[in-house]
Amino acid sequence: MSFFKSGFMRGLIAQIIGTVLGMGLVVGIRAILGLEAWSSTNLEILEPIIVGGALVGALSFLIGVGVFSDWFKWTKGISTVDHHDPDPEKPSWWRYFSVDFDHKIIGIQYGVTSLIVLGLGGVFALLFRIELSQAGINFLNNGFFDLFFFGDTNPFRHSGGADLYNSFMSLHGMVMIAAILLGVGAMSNYLIPLLIGANDMAFPRLNAFAYWVNVPGAILLVSSLFLGGFDTGWTGYPPLSLRAPLGVQMFMMGVYLVGLSSIFGSINVIVTVIKMRAPGMTMFKMPIFVWAAFATAIIQLTATQLIGLSFQLVMFQRLLGMNFFDSVTGGNPVLFQHLFWFYSHPAVYVFVLPGFGVISELLPVFSRKPLFGYKWIAFSSMGIALVGFFVWAHHMFTSGMTAYLRVPFMYSTLLVAVPTGVKFFSWVGTVWKGKLRFPTPMLFALGAVVVFLVGGVTGPPNGTVATDLHLHDTYWVVGHFHNTIFGGFMFPLFAAIYFWFPKYTGKMYNEFWGKVHFWGMFIGFEIMSLSQMKIGLLGMRRRIADYDPALGIENAQYWITIAGFVVFFAVLIGAINLIQSARKGKIAEGNVWESRSPEWQIPNPAPLINYEKPFHVVGEPYDYGIESDYVDMNPAPLVGE
Amino acid sequence: MIHFVVVGILTLLSTYGLYMFVLTNEILLPIQASEQAIAIDNLFDLHWLLISFFFSLIMVFLVYSIVVFRRRKGDEGAGEHFEGNTTLEIIWTIVPLIIVLFIAFRGSEALADVERRDPNAYEVTVIASQWNWQFEYPDGETSSDLVLPKDTQILLRMYSQDVIHSFWVPEFRVKQDILPGGEEYIRELRITPNELGDFKIRCAELCGQLHYSMLADVSVVTESKFEVWLSEQSDICELDDITCGNKWVEKNGCVACHSLTGEVIVGPSWLGLYGSEVPLDDGTTVTANEEYIRNSILQPASQVHEGFNGNLMPPSFGDTLSAEQIDQIIAFIQSIK
Ligand code: HEC
Ligand SMILES: [Cu+2]
Ligand SMILES: [Cu+2]
Repeated sequence: MSFFKSGFMRGLIAQIIGTVLGMGLVVGIRAILGLEAWSSTNLEILEPIIVGGALVGALSFLIGVGVFSDWFKWTKGISTVDHHDPDPEKPSWWRYFSVDFDHKIIGIQYGVTSLIVLGLGGVFALLFRIELSQAGINFLNNGFFDLFFFGDTNPFRHSGGADLYNSFMSLHGMVMIAAILLGVGAMSNYLIPLLIGANDMAFPRLNAFAYWVNVPGAILLVSSLFLGGFDTGWTGYPPLSLRAPLGVQMFMMGVYLVGLSSIFGSINVIVTVIKMRAPGMTMFKMPIFVWAAFATAIIQLTATQLIGLSFQLVMFQRLLGMNFFDSVTGGNPVLFQHLFWFYSHPAVYVFVLPGFGVISELLPVFSRKPLFGYKWIAFSSMGIALVGFFVWAHHMFTSGMTAYLRVPFMYSTLLVAVPTGVKFFSWVGTVWKGKLRFPTPMLFALGAVVVFLVGGVTGPPNGTVATDLHLHDTYWVVGHFHNTIFGGFMFPLFAAIYFWFPKYTGKMYNEFWGKVHFWGMFIGFEIMSLSQMKIGLLGMRRRIADYDPALGIENAQYWITIAGFVVFFAVLIGAINLIQSARKGKIAEGNVWESRSPEWQIPNPAPLINYEKPFHVVGEPYDYGIESDYVDMNPAPLVGE
Repeated sequence: MIHFVVVGILTLLSTYGLYMFVLTNEILLPIQASEQAIAIDNLFDLHWLLISFFFSLIMVFLVYSIVVFRRRKGDEGAGEHFEGNTTLEIIWTIVPLIIVLFIAFRGSEALADVERRDPNAYEVTVIASQWNWQFEYPDGETSSDLVLPKDTQILLRMYSQDVIHSFWVPEFRVKQDILPGGEEYIRELRITPNELGDFKIRCAELCGQLHYSMLADVSVVTESKFEVWLSEQSDICELDDITCGNKWVEKNGCVACHSLTGEVIVGPSWLGLYGSEVPLDDGTTVTANEEYIRNSILQPASQVHEGFNGNLMPPSFGDTLSAEQIDQIIAFIQSIK
């Protein structure tokens, strides 16, 4: 069976055809309206045409890949089977490249896509880090980039090294966010049904849709680079984004699609957690990761709309001349920032809460001790999610918004430290007097705690207005939030990937290379981010293509670049280890980590139907050290069952 | 119990060590060059102390556990069994809460200090535009450098002509975004420079292609030097047309986009422009005579030099430049051969 007939390839071809059709549609509409229908150089005419093409193209991808097929059949009154079994005629990898409703397959699809997109974001970072390793613009203006980005005949050309820098820097931000959201999707989709004793998510078709919509989303995001890029940063503030090159439209539309994925995915998580838990699993007997994913889903469901809306306003002002941000006709230039941060602050909790869940899940297993203060950890997740909605304007202390509002936002922001502190103390309580083992997943979990601690303690100076007046938009902030994201997402993601590796491959990863991966990433990252904070205090601004050597930071810049490469290669080693181990690793049978959790009581890799017979919860999830079980895998039927 | 004693001592030692390391680190922050910086740096010190303490607390507990409670070879048993401690949880909720409220309170005080108003503050208008700074003094003097008298509170009233920019001089600490949109969106910032010296304004809000180079010089000088400087800045130019034209293009930041050397920055270079045949983006060409240059300044989007973006050059020069100044600029451009 050839790869070219897989759903993925059909989707791509459909996207290309759809893009052309969509462009034709807009050209037609323009002709009917009596506007100049087409031009190959005038970007004002090209913009609506290309946006129309991109929109129809994305939709066509989804139709081509087949996420709508069952739904289309229903509208015609044809019924479909509840669960599509894998087609025995097709090779096993086929399922990963086509629409599949099994949550484990979708989880892996999310995970692999996440790692690929992560790698891409990393490459963008390295490209602009090379530029910054020395003062002066001397890399990105290289003739080497002519083919795609400069060149006289290219109507979408970048106008120079600084411009290309801005595009890479902006894209690095948003591509990484997409990768993180995909990673969160991987963890919650793969793990939740296994952890709560369900055989799938509540809405498998919606689940497949939520995954696949990311693919055209990511394609559009990256296409922005070749359509003039965008020089707005991932924040896309108008009026700058109103004047930015055409690429900004692709960027915003890409984010729009990725946002749809968040919304649909989170509905699925919420319903699954509420409705599909195994008998006996009350909310406070759920594995703690499920709490974290649940809190995450609530944020995603209620906040994502706002970033979509804010971007939509920019797109409409550009395309249709509607005016939202120009004060001359009653618009407001700061409005966007409120809408944007109303999502984008809570979004950081979307990035880190699942990671906290993984840390809390792993520490007891490798300390052979109960999780310290289960309920407090669960409530602190909900607390963070809730308080997170009332702090958005801390990104706007210098923005020129109404000045007195800064004080209440300072109070609410600092309050976040309280539930976050509870988590740290509980983690320390969990390892205290344990019997600690240090395989790779535990190293990543502990590394996550340390890195997030650095991110956490460097937060309050941004939270008090007076100090933030100095720190805002400097590399201090860059260092601070990279620590929160690496500590809250990157390290826990790899902890999860290594921990559950036997569960999804049936093989064991290589411990030595796992540890190399960890130490490279940990040391490289801290050198990088601590240096970033240091030069930020000294006056290094964010998002600049070149800096003033008079600040005395050139040496640090050089080391940041070197450390960035170390992180990149450490992750590359990790990825190679994972691929090699999945192919040739030792067979891993049974309960590899002596965990109490239900997913380790079934064979590796997890079978097609997770639990042929539903288990019953008969104990506490983390009661390591006493003779009892969390789940009874072979329960006598309950009365009335 | 012995564990807690050891950990407690280590935490205190580590806190002390870290805090001292931070405090004695001379190049932690740029020099302090304004009254506002004093209040801000005091708050920073409180933060460094708390960071040192909380970082040490968690790290010492963690590292101690890793070393002391690691599994010994052959030991397959479980750790000590305890599931939590409500008293502890309440303590480590309440104590941080109190600390947080205290910092927020100190934060409000510091903010009040930073914003303290002097009714006699000296007013300077700051006009930001894509990649250019312009400063207007009370009697209409204008300059592309910011020169300030020492020990006087300066009230900066700032607006932008295009996108959002941000005023920041690291040595003064404070920062304020500059918004487009007219009167209603003028934003203020107060600075009381208390150190003589030369610093730089560094635009801190991403504002497009040349954001990185949107810098301007700031000098803090004595009151008497300031008066002398100010008298030199007036919009009166008694010299010949070319020299005056040169003054206007420097002052209005034309040279941020137009080079005099043939190099293309953002707009076409002025080298040899006058009298040349300029290709326009509608395919026609035009001779760069006085009329064309005047039109290019007054309505930059109307005749666009091929290969350049017609929307980048600010369309507002017609309002800010007098007819005589424009004539002098044309004379100056004519002189660049
Ligand atoms: C933000 C950048 C920018 C600034 C500041 C700027 N210009 Fe321009 N200018 C441009 C660009 C881009 C073009 C080419 C597009 C066009 O013709 O409108 C241009 C075109 C011109 C032209 C036509 C040149 C030609 O070769 O066709 C003249 C004359 C000119 N500018 C004069 C000025 C003067 C005088 C000032 C200062 C008072 C100034 N510009 C400030 C960007 C700028
Ligand atoms: Cu935030
Ligand atoms: Cu700027």
